[in-house]
Amino acid sequence: MTESGDGGVQEPQEQEPTAPPADEATVAPAAPAAADQAIAADARTNGDRQVLLDVDHLQVYFPIKAGVIIDRQIGQVHAVDDVSFDLLEGETLGVVGESGCGKTTLIRALVRLIEPTSGSVRFDGADITKLGRKQMEPIRRQMQMVFQDPQASLNPRKRIGQILATPLQIRGVARNQIQQEAGTLLDRVGLAQDVVNRFPHEFSGGQRQRIGIARALAVNPKLVLLDEPVSALDVSIQAQVINLLDELQHELSLSYVFVAHDLSVVRHVSDRIVVMYLGKLMEVSPAEELYTKPIHPYTTALLSAIPIPDPNQNRSRERVVVSGEPPNPINPPSGCRFHTRCPRASEICRTSEPPLTEYAAGHLAACHHPQNVTESEIAASTRSDQSSRSSGSETPDLSPGTGLQSTPVSAPATAA
Amino acid sequence: MSADAPAPLLDVEGLKVSFATEDGIVRAVDGVSFTVGAGEVVAVVGESGSGKSVTAMTLLGLTRGPNSIFEGTATFEGTELIGASGKQLQRIRGAGIAMVFQDPMSSLDPVYRVGDQIVEQIRVHEKVSKAQAMDRAVEMMERVGIPRAKERLRSYPHEFSGGMRQRVMIAMALSCSPRLLLADEPTTALDVTIQAQILDEMRTLRQESGAGIILVTHDLGVVADIADRVIVMYSGRVVEQGTLDDIFYNPQHPYTWGLLGSITRIDADRSQRLPAIAGMPPSVLRAPKGCHFRPRCPHAFDKCGEVPELEHRQPDVPTSLDRCWLPVADKKRLRVIGDQIGLAEPAEPETVSA
Repeated sequence: MTESGDGGVQEPQEQEPTAPPADEATVAPAAPAAADQAIAADARTNGDRQVLLDVDHLQVYFPIKAGVIIDRQIGQVHAVDDVSFDLLEGETLGVVGESGCGKTTLIRALVRLIEPTSGSVRFDGADITKLGRKQMEPIRRQMQMVFQDPQASLNPRKRIGQILATPLQIRGVARNQIQQEAGTLLDRVGLAQDVVNRFPHEFSGGQRQRIGIARALAVNPKLVLLDEPVSALDVSIQAQVINLLDELQHELSLSYVFVAHDLSVVRHVSDRIVVMYLGKLMEVSPAEELYTKPIHPYTTALLSAIPIPDPNQNRSRERVVVSGEPPNPINPPSGCRFHTRCPRASEICRTSEPPLTEYAAGHLAACHHPQNVTESEIAASTRSDQSSRSSGSETPDLSPGTGLQSTPVSAPATAA
Repeated sequence: MSADAPAPLLDVEGLKVSFATEDGIVRAVDGVSFTVGAGEVVAVVGESGSGKSVTAMTLLGLTRGPNSIFEGTATFEGTELIGASGKQLQRIRGAGIAMVFQDPMSSLDPVYRVGDQIVEQIRVHEKVSKAQAMDRAVEMMERVGIPRAKERLRSYPHEFSGGMRQRVMIAMALSCSPRLLLADEPTTALDVTIQAQILDEMRTLRQESGAGIILVTHDLGVVADIADRVIVMYSGRVVEQGTLDDIFYNPQHPYTWGLLGSITRIDADRSQRLPAIAGMPPSVLRAPKGCHFRPRCPHAFDKCGEVPELEHRQPDVPTSLDRCWLPVADKKRLRVIGDQIGLAEPAEPETVSA
């Protein structure tokens, strides 16, 4: 990690949003970014740990086009809608949500595999959203991705040795060292060194995922973005890969963004978790607290939908089954995006989007009717600067009858 | 529940399914026996390649082909399924046994409206008019929670989300009121909130119509949620079966311990390391001699070179059967890792070699 000169590569230039001409077709319909950008300081610190990744009001909209000869834009998919969070060095941030909530789009936008519509991503203090291709190269070396489907993400016509050689060359490993380095990498991910001459199809799913991880590690990244890395694997193999990721993080002091739909896997690996719904952040929380003290009703619904592999607990616990399915992200609901399915929704939820509010240290939720928080916590709560720009300023409703409660994981019976 | 109902709905005895391939004979299912009673949910658990889907599909004759070899019997309400003619099976499909497949996208025909597909399936199995079948289709779709069912009859599969498609599959399977439902990973492709809804539908079906359900899954959470009895399969064999509580609180086979240990759960301590099962499932072409789990089992000993029979090994637990040579007394001690059930890891973690 030392040789490529870390973050020193591009600090100086890129502060103005003067878009470099190259492939920058992303000037948003609404780009209110510049003004309060200054708030996000260059390299913020949180305690003694550096902020490695600082995502600020990131938006990714996909245009929907129609028309035979002339393309007209008739709408847009709000895939990621004004999302802000940060990631500390050495930390694992879990991102959870149902399919279609924008979690994959989000992490792809972080490495600019998808161009963000607006907002900024700062890596190691430098804004990378406006960098050109050449300028992105050294950054990409520090942030690597592991994909969901290990079958589809390895070139079936290349041998494992070749697959690993390319990133090693990019890292600048001398030609005669590459074989040895590839062996070390394979060793590190628990594969025998003699597999270099094999093709991806000769491996099982779990082994392929190990190869995908080895490829990501080949360039000595600081940050690894994991997109559902274990969801295609059998449980016993899942456990092996999770353990491997855990070991690697300790040995190489990596930071992870871990995207998954499985809340129990995310709980196991994460330090902090963000919960997404229809492109928005619903809750941001230290990992353990999310499960013992979920504030947002959506989190409660997600947790309650997970069947616990313990018959007695399953019989005894009370469950909230939310009805319906996530609405269409082309035309998301007004106000709080979850209000169409939320058992606690009231009038204000339909009209006003709740801001992300910080209740306890590091525990944020965007909800008008938070659960598991005391009145004093609500009184002391503050609107977080990670809130969407479109959100209102209302603090949570304190009026009686909104059912403030401090019981763990259980929401009111869906009476209606 | 009705663990030993007088005459089970389905009785599978010594079922073996092999496929002749260029590389040799694949023993996909190698000796599976179980029963399903009316109103009972039997879960078949295992990893990919364990033979759980093949078992389910064989019951409906879906694995037949020039290279398939079958042994053993499967009796459904007195009718033998394994040797049955195509016609006999066709009579059983629908009102007798219906199936829900894992992937709703590839099991619905993309060029027909879903209404027509449901209607077709009703009319193949019952003599009703098209209009009656349409009405039934609407009723079924409403029952599985598809809003605006009448309109949605005219939609094509691609116009539905994954959860809705799976509901269409279930509506189709239920439209002839089957007495036995085979559900092959019905919720695996779905989000948890939708999964919870589908599981609710299945529970309702069981309660309302008293149908038996065979649920093929790899998700132990789903099993704990809905099953009455559990069959654990590994590499083509049933390694253990018993009631839900037997499997979760008194598991006898080390593979079951490993499965239970390696799941991440939201209710337990976040231990630093998951007690994973080392190695990988054996290739079905080159299954090891004796117990198939032997190469991955840290407790294996000489005796494991012989295949253990699936039998009662605990005199005081008549519902539990397993295939493991370890003395019952030792198992209680060996299966505890920390304060949970799990499989001990081998002394030194081996690397996966060529």
